[in-house]
Amino acid sequence: MSTSALSTRGLDKSFGSLVVASDIELDLPPGERYALIGPNGAGKTTLINLITGMLKPDKGRIFLGPDEITLLKPEERVKCGLVRTFQINTLFPHLSALEAVTLAVCERRGYAGSWWEKLPAYGDAIEEAYAILLSLRLAASCYRPTRELAYGQQRLLEIALALATKPKVLLLDEPAAGVPQQESAELFSVIAGLSQEIAVLFIEHDMNVVFRFAHRIIVMAAGRILLQGTPKEIAADARVREVYLGRARHG
Amino acid sequence: MIASLFGVLFDGFAYGMLLFILSVGLSVTLGMMNFVNLAHCSFAMLGGFVTVTLTNELGWPFLASLPLAFVSAALVSVVFERVLYRQLYRASDLDQCLLTIGIVFVSVAVAAYIYGTIQQPLNLPSYLRGSVSVWGQSLGVYRLFLIGVSIAITAALVAALEYTRFGAQVRAAVDNQRMARALGIDVDRVFAITFALGSGLAGLGGALAIEIVGLDHAFAFTYLIYVLIVVAVGGLGSIAGSFVAASLLGISDMAGKYYFPELGAFLIYFVMVALLMWRPVGLFGRR
Amino acid sequence: MVTSAAVAEPQRYLETQIRWRPVEIAFWLATLLPFVLTPNYLVLASQIAITALFALSLDLILGYAGIVSLGHAAYFGFASYTAGLIAKWGWGEPLTGLVIAATAAGVLGYLTGFIIARFRHLALIMITLGLGLLLAEAANSASWLTGGADGLQGVRMWKLFGVFQFDLYGTTAYSYSLVVLFVCFLVARRLINSPFGLALRGIRENAIRMPAIGAPTRAHIRKVYTIAAVMAGVAGALLAQTTETVSLETLSFARSADVLVILILGGAGRLYGGLVGAIIYMVARDQFSGINPQYWYFWIGTLLVAVVIFLPNGILGGAARLVRLFERSRA
Repeated sequence: MSTSALSTRGLDKSFGSLVVASDIELDLPPGERYALIGPNGAGKTTLINLITGMLKPDKGRIFLGPDEITLLKPEERVKCGLVRTFQINTLFPHLSALEAVTLAVCERRGYAGSWWEKLPAYGDAIEEAYAILLSLRLAASCYRPTRELAYGQQRLLEIALALATKPKVLLLDEPAAGVPQQESAELFSVIAGLSQEIAVLFIEHDMNVVFRFAHRIIVMAAGRILLQGTPKEIAADARVREVYLGRARHG
Repeated sequence: MIASLFGVLFDGFAYGMLLFILSVGLSVTLGMMNFVNLAHCSFAMLGGFVTVTLTNELGWPFLASLPLAFVSAALVSVVFERVLYRQLYRASDLDQCLLTIGIVFVSVAVAAYIYGTIQQPLNLPSYLRGSVSVWGQSLGVYRLFLIGVSIAITAALVAALEYTRFGAQVRAAVDNQRMARALGIDVDRVFAITFALGSGLAGLGGALAIEIVGLDHAFAFTYLIYVLIVVAVGGLGSIAGSFVAASLLGISDMAGKYYFPELGAFLIYFVMVALLMWRPVGLFGRR
Repeated sequence: MVTSAAVAEPQRYLETQIRWRPVEIAFWLATLLPFVLTPNYLVLASQIAITALFALSLDLILGYAGIVSLGHAAYFGFASYTAGLIAKWGWGEPLTGLVIAATAAGVLGYLTGFIIARFRHLALIMITLGLGLLLAEAANSASWLTGGADGLQGVRMWKLFGVFQFDLYGTTAYSYSLVVLFVCFLVARRLINSPFGLALRGIRENAIRMPAIGAPTRAHIRKVYTIAAVMAGVAGALLAQTTETVSLETLSFARSADVLVILILGGAGRLYGGLVGAIIYMVARDQFSGINPQYWYFWIGTLLVAVVIFLPNGILGGAARLVRLFERSRA
């Protein structure tokens, strides 16, 4: 257990008679790239919500490294190094990209509580934020309000905000969702360039992304983990094909 | 002791039923479209003044004026919905509050201008006055009438919701608007009709209120707070919630006035805050 | 690594965002005009300054953190009565009375902040309304303390700094209120331009995202709510001291609603919105006060509807849009 960056034991969650998570056992080793796939309604985003604390499990435990985080509040889990991005852009529309990422950096550094010093005085935080934006090729438009950015850039900003928290474990919820073909190359190179020190679990429907980046794939259906394996194993498995790959070929 | 307790419960329940008729429309439309219509009680006030004008100036019988109170409030609400409210369905809570508060201000001013600031007199027909003796208790006839009307309306609403196609559409739209649209339900039309019905009920409530709590130009303001309490405590989009919350509020208010007159409205506000802190979505509300 | 030249650019950008603009300096200089141009209206001017400060305190929670409160007058009135009572019971020194009253309001804000921070949407609006109504009812009932409907009598203020007497002309009142307003404004400005101010805007823009970047949202809300309560308290205490009376109206829903209208009129989240709104609203009300009060409500109602439909960001928002249009047409 202590060798995993992120692990869950016996995670259960139901809404009345609707079981959205059943006995989820997950182990994500440090630095690895795992993909979580499954049909719509399988409970993938719910699992992310359970792990990050936005949803309270009925039963089960969650560990970040050796530490149990089951009872921690969402913001406390972020401080421990567990962070997620959202499937639908959950950004700050009227803040500029620079302000948004600087905010995340300030929160991490504990500056966000100080109301007496003006923001520009915190040069180190601004510098760090700008560096993140540079690395994601967002620096050129970082002064414009978020809502004026192109959709693909907003998806990148989602990741920028997550990176600003200096995560040990990063949960990406459909990072490529809705990104048009011509902008997805940018996104892919960013995902490829993520530090080897971060363990990444990403939900994706886009099989290009999955087979390109995942070391291991976890397949979920109806709130359960169906099976896990290497991309080759998963691609060959008939059950997966049945539940997901073989049916409607959606992009 | 028992007599007065029963009396308080009866009067309180009657008052609660009045609050229910006034509030149920707002609860359903809030639950459906999340549109904060603080001018809901202005429509109630309109219904009240229609009844006053019809009975006092034009000599109509009280009961005959009630349907007209309903219809006039419903029609006026349709106009407002088309012209103003439609533009703000996607606006923030605050903007909707402010717009509708502005309408309340205007309605209060117009009412004062036309009718003055006095309590409006009402000539109830003789068969609705006085009291009858039931099981040794003296019960006000008008209050019995009010309770009867409310129960009839509740039954009609519940039946409509459960057994008609329109009712099913309403339930779907309240439950999950996006999904309802995806299923082909014309949510805008459903909302417009529900809104008109809800406002019409408010108008009816305003007419019925004259005898119980009186009607003046500030009615739209005074009872807004009570209606909001019913809606918030009962839970948005819930007829059962409104019914229970209104009954609770009516009885608590009456009990408070009778047993703890020094506390004034303190008890009501305290109960509301405590209830909301315990269940922020209201007794029957959903997240 | 980012070169220092490269980071100087974003830093400089952020600096220019918060720099003092010439129009701001002009505004504050203009606040001195009443002494010269309208010396007979200094009492009104001090009322405007007090209302402006109250609106500014609401802006902190509404315009910047996005908390809709229908009961903000609770802190205004609470401090008003505290300041009045302190003077009535024998300590008429203005500045210390102000500090004590504002602190009392701050404590009340801190305590209620624990409740406020836990709720959103309709529940929050109703709870703020309910708490305000509760306090108003309590004050009404406790007429032995507050004077009830008659108001607090016997408030006698000592001379400010031992020199300046509060009188009917309002010179001391306006000077005092204006200086206090300016000081509080500087504090608010500092706060808005700090990392904390950025966090508040983050809460307003997307409260769901905040915990996901590690932000302790509730703690932030409690902090700004307490600060706003202190500031509202300062305004309330000023009113008690400059008018030497306190009435139940200071705690009423009407006052909470009025300040909300004023802030929206001027434009929330723009620091000066409350100030501009207060000036326009109070001057207009003073002009209309002779006429039937019903007409006042009619026009305010119509104005409110018009502002929401045509000027959703208030007067300052509309002005900012005009400026942007003008700049774009020049480019």
